[in-house]
Amino acid sequence: MKARIHVTLKNGVLDPQGKAIEHALSNMGFDGVNEARQGKFIELELSETDRAKAEASVDEMCRKLLANTVIENYSIELE
Amino acid sequence: MKSAVIVFPGSNCDRDMAVALEKITGTKPLMVWHQEYDFDKVDFIALPGGFSYGDYLRCGAMSARSHVMKEVIKRAEDGVPTFGVCNGFQILTETGLLPGALMRNANLHFVCKDVTLTVENADSMFTNAYDKGQEITIPVAHHDGNYFADDETLNRLEGEGQVAFKYASDINGAQRRIAGVMNARGNVLGMMPHPERMIEPALGGSDGRKMFESVMNRLG
Repeated sequence: MKARIHVTLKNGVLDPQGKAIEHALSNMGFDGVNEARQGKFIELELSETDRAKAEASVDEMCRKLLANTVIENYSIELE
Repeated sequence: MKSAVIVFPGSNCDRDMAVALEKITGTKPLMVWHQEYDFDKVDFIALPGGFSYGDYLRCGAMSARSHVMKEVIKRAEDGVPTFGVCNGFQILTETGLLPGALMRNANLHFVCKDVTLTVENADSMFTNAYDKGQEITIPVAHHDGNYFADDETLNRLEGEGQVAFKYASDINGAQRRIAGVMNARGNVLGMMPHPERMIEPALGGSDGRKMFESVMNRLG
């Protein structure tokens, strides 16, 4: 089973890299980008076949390592 | 005072820390590799600056989960004075021993220069040799020193005297210009500036020396 994890900065946390991307896009002439936020995408190949167990396990991985929940949110998709 | 410096792959201020500790305490510190599970009893644990594990995932994230840190966390929770500089500060926040997180500098620049700090709490284990409000000069060298915590946490830190040092002026976007914070018990300090690089006039100043002397005062 594959787990796809998105880690994003929480609302209200300043994202200086996102700001730089937003400015670069605007300098390149791409108008109409009101905001850019940068995050991380992590893909895991799991040996677990039970969906509920996989979800619980990936959730624990996110809480303990993959995301810093002081500043980041995460979402998990299983396939 | 017996001390230990924890060394991770990618630490690069571990020897600066060791020199400072030996010169100030008179005793060579123990250098402890990150794969160790245990090490001799010491009075003081230092987590040095650097780019441990290449800053992969997040600064300090990998180191915070290393074997040796399980032991460091246990000892810090038992009250052993534990001090993290720069990457060491990032590691301490990643372990949860210190609140908040360190993010990319708001202006995205790597900042490397001497900065003026104000001593916010001069009663702590790490700052009792300074005067409250004293301005000191200590170098910084970091890309991710932008301290972040939610307002409730920041209010608590300020209210409880857990903010040890602030930048006299903004250098990296840190909330409330926080440069160094302590845990509630006061035995864990993390700070972005490098006091170990300012311990004698030959290095450009000796304002960092009192940080180590404070700990020695307290330990007796």
